[in-house]
Amino acid sequence: MLRVSLEHRFAGVSLTMAFEAPTPGVIALFGPSGAGKTSLMNAMAGLLRPHRFRMELDGVALERRRPEYRGVGYVFQDGRLFPHMSVRDNLRYGLRRGGAGPVKFDAAVALLGIGALLGRRPRHLSGGERQRVAIGRALLSNPRLLLMDEPLSALDQARRDEILPYLARLRSVLSIPIVYASHSLDEVTRLADTLVLIEAGRVVAAGPLTDLAARVDLPMALREDAGGVLRGVVNAHMPERGLTAISCGADFVWVPQITAPPGTAVRLRVPAREVILALESPRGISVTNILQAHVVAVAEDAAGHAALVSLELGGGALLARVTRDAAERLRLAPGRPVLALIKAMSVDWHQED
Amino acid sequence: MGFYRTLTWPWPLSGDEQEAVYLSLRVAARAVGFGLPLAVLVSVVLARGRFPGRFVLNTLVHLPLMLPPVVTGWLLLLVFGVQGPVGAWLAARFGVQLAFTENGAALACGVMIFPLMVRAIRLSVEAVDPRLEQAARTLGAHWLDRFFTITLPLAGPGVLAAVVMGYTASLGEFGAVITFAANIPGETQTLPLAIFSALETPDGEAVAGRLALVSVFLALGGLVLAEFLSPRRLK
Repeated sequence: MLRVSLEHRFAGVSLTMAFEAPTPGVIALFGPSGAGKTSLMNAMAGLLRPHRFRMELDGVALERRRPEYRGVGYVFQDGRLFPHMSVRDNLRYGLRRGGAGPVKFDAAVALLGIGALLGRRPRHLSGGERQRVAIGRALLSNPRLLLMDEPLSALDQARRDEILPYLARLRSVLSIPIVYASHSLDEVTRLADTLVLIEAGRVVAAGPLTDLAARVDLPMALREDAGGVLRGVVNAHMPERGLTAISCGADFVWVPQITAPPGTAVRLRVPAREVILALESPRGISVTNILQAHVVAVAEDAAGHAALVSLELGGGALLARVTRDAAERLRLAPGRPVLALIKAMSVDWHQED
Repeated sequence: MGFYRTLTWPWPLSGDEQEAVYLSLRVAARAVGFGLPLAVLVSVVLARGRFPGRFVLNTLVHLPLMLPPVVTGWLLLLVFGVQGPVGAWLAARFGVQLAFTENGAALACGVMIFPLMVRAIRLSVEAVDPRLEQAARTLGAHWLDRFFTITLPLAGPGVLAAVVMGYTASLGEFGAVITFAANIPGETQTLPLAIFSALETPDGEAVAGRLALVSVFLALGGLVLAEFLSPRRLK
């Protein structure tokens, strides 16, 4: 368990934040730029000394330890590789000082795909390569906790897509918790186990990603790209139909056939605007997934034209966005059983490990 | 016109002339050798430190740059002279005399070049991104470790430039040296002092010219080396 609480005031900004999260796992600090994510991370690394601060990881209080003895690895937004050292020496910098850890040099190099870069100087690396080296350097310092402050924000979309699989692999290989700050909902839904929503120096909500993604009362739900997240396991492929069945708790969700073998853990993202609600099972319809659900909560958006509906399924929770008119016609209210219709084509999937 | 006819290629130098050159090189080496560690320390303190006495320290360091060198030499004499508080203590405790000795010449040079070295090193230390030091910190490096593995190597070109500049400037120190260490041939008579003496001597122009040429070569060499080592080139 990671418990953090902070109170800090500077230049007219006041931060009051606290959260706790199970470990290991990826804890995403999600919020707009300037919300206080970096301050919180700097405090966790010991680089910022807030007026009040507590930090406890698996029962060990860390807030009084100096940064160099705290054992918190930090991947900065801007990489901060040492320009006068080769990639190899950058990687070894933490290795020599942090003591031998569970991650070995060769393993880290292989995991991050940086074997070909070892002899180079940082200035001869691309942005994506630099961030991978920065991640490796932090990993090899044998940290008990890894902080990543928007490690992808300085990169273009192509570079992000190049690094995200490495990060996803990291989360499954590492036995230490990762705190990951981001303002990209896409990154967060792909990586996070626990979500901590931060706005204007406050924690708006904290909890499992799958729960928070389906809540109607969070600012996140109002976003155009809002959507629920389901975690499941590849159950079976049906090549003759070109589909794969993913079992999420008691439910099956069908997606266009994927390559991951049965047994693979995956997470599915279902955009709220792609979810159709029905009171009875339609016939002669192209939609593949018809899931039984019941309404947990209903809320209107700011303009009052759309209704956000939080749904509970057998194996998770989803968010649906329908018109207010539809919500009234179906008399959607907490407790009401409905059918959630989800096109297989609308479901995004990502491998967990 | 007689002077120009006497101006010849300076080599080979006479024994006395050689002595002056070697003495200058020794004195400059000592001035830089002892001054550099202190200059690095003061530079880092001035570049990174935020403390009450910072302004005073900065002023003190720069004083020799602004004062007439003769005044600096005289102040040194007051402090380090045989009668001075530090000088008397050094003599009584260690039997060391600085005034009117080769070591004294080195001390005078060291004090004079100190502000030059501090300026060069401080600029390059300030140019080192403190966020890199922070990164090193999160990787487990304590302050001395960070200084030797991050700050100093990144400020390295500035330190090298300070060494070359300080050494070259040392070779030319006159006022403070002659006041504090006097003008004793073979003991404290460095190149500029030897040139001065030669010019005072009837028919000494030939010697002065040869030594002056040596000075010019040494200065040019220093400048070229400093330019070659400047941070811009090493980027």
